[in-house]
Amino acid sequence: MSDWKKRDLLTLESLDKDEINHILRTAESFKEISTRSIKKVPALRGKTIASLFFEASTRTRTSFELAAKRLSADVVSIHSSSSSVLKGESLIDTARNIEAMRVDGIIIRHSSAGAPRLLSAKVSVPVINAGDGAHEHPTQGLLDIFTIKQKKKKIEGLKVSIVGDILHSRVARSNIWGLSKLGAKVCVCGPATLLPPCIEKFPVRVVTNLKEALAGADVVIALRIQLERQKERFFPTLREYSREYGIDKENIKLAKRDVLIMHPGPVNRGIELSQDVIDGPRSVILEQVTNGVAVRMAVLYLLLQKEETNESIS
Amino acid sequence: MSLNDNKIIMDKEQIKRALFRISHEVLEKNKGTKNLAIIGIRNKGAYLAARMADYIKEIDSKAVPVGILDITLYRDDLTTIAWQPVVRKTEIDFDITGKNIILVDDVLFTGRTIRCALDALIDFGRPKNIQLAILIDRGHRELPIRADYVGKNVPTSLNETVDVSLIGADAVDKVSVRKVGKQ
Repeated sequence: MSDWKKRDLLTLESLDKDEINHILRTAESFKEISTRSIKKVPALRGKTIASLFFEASTRTRTSFELAAKRLSADVVSIHSSSSSVLKGESLIDTARNIEAMRVDGIIIRHSSAGAPRLLSAKVSVPVINAGDGAHEHPTQGLLDIFTIKQKKKKIEGLKVSIVGDILHSRVARSNIWGLSKLGAKVCVCGPATLLPPCIEKFPVRVVTNLKEALAGADVVIALRIQLERQKERFFPTLREYSREYGIDKENIKLAKRDVLIMHPGPVNRGIELSQDVIDGPRSVILEQVTNGVAVRMAVLYLLLQKEETNESIS
Repeated sequence: MSLNDNKIIMDKEQIKRALFRISHEVLEKNKGTKNLAIIGIRNKGAYLAARMADYIKEIDSKAVPVGILDITLYRDDLTTIAWQPVVRKTEIDFDITGKNIILVDDVLFTGRTIRCALDALIDFGRPKNIQLAILIDRGHRELPIRADYVGKNVPTSLNETVDVSLIGADAVDKVSVRKVGKQ
């Protein structure tokens, strides 16, 4: 029997430990499919998924599309730059029109926090959040946790440090919720200007000194400096940021010998991580990308497969 | 329904003899272990496949590759059943192309599981042939599928269910039939 009851995947904050573990277990079974010569199973045959991306993305959009296609679902992609959004159609109207064409699920990325939740209240099909503003990016959080679990065989008790632009990072928020629910000790580190005002309400330890964050860490997640959001000048220069918060082969020695270096991508090479660390033996950045497909297959399967039974109950 | 409705049709010794005989038949028909591979269908078929591989090794002193197939994603009733089956891993770490595959399951009933398994297997490659080994054939086929090796033919009615318990998954080795109400 399944432990899965939710219609949507909007945040990791709203999931409990068992639900997160259920997704991770399911993802483990899906990982093997992408290693076959025929990378396709018929589980979602006949289902249609709309992916609405109101923000630029390579990894997440490709990963979701591959995941859907490997489950035999059909995907339609709508990009804000080439849709009626440009003519002023609202998010809700766009989504309702797409729903009227009988899609079975909607994947959405939006620059406003809460857009997926608003959407889920207005449509009857499952909604999957592919990143909303600085709020959450649940599938990224899940794939990070999946990658850590594959490497370390557990999450509980691990010391995980998230370094960089916490203020603008939805990846950080999803990871904080997901990891702390599974019992990891999460530490966030960045310049005070890049820490959100209410960070103490999150279940984390907050430090502003990189050395403290790295000391004894099992996992280090470096976040991208979002150059497009730096108009307000959160730090004097990139060079200064890199000197204070850049992770390189010297300061990483403070962490455990078997530390995992992670990054949600895209990486600014030489700013948050040095070249040799990105391509070094402790980096699992590309494995994160590989695992992303398996995790998204699991999410799509869990949400879309049960859709008809939901309808029969309601 | 009381526990008395539970009729044991095979015990530990009978299961062992049936599997041992099937292993002999497999070797006879395929003229040894060359090109042979055994793939069990989750859940119980996987245990039977492992046992058959042991017997074949005992008889012919050669190891044959063993795999496990999870057919959940290939089920034709995924959208009609009320619960969502848990997907588990398929573990086939050898190339099945050109092999003589012995597909193993515990009970052959409607044939739909085997239909899924054939679809799933063919996504992995092109075996030379696929043969079906079954511990219990209970009849009531809904698809044109038959077994090449059968442990025991058990005529059943549709309001009965066949339970296969195997050490590894359960406490004991036994096969029993019980009534599950009207259908």
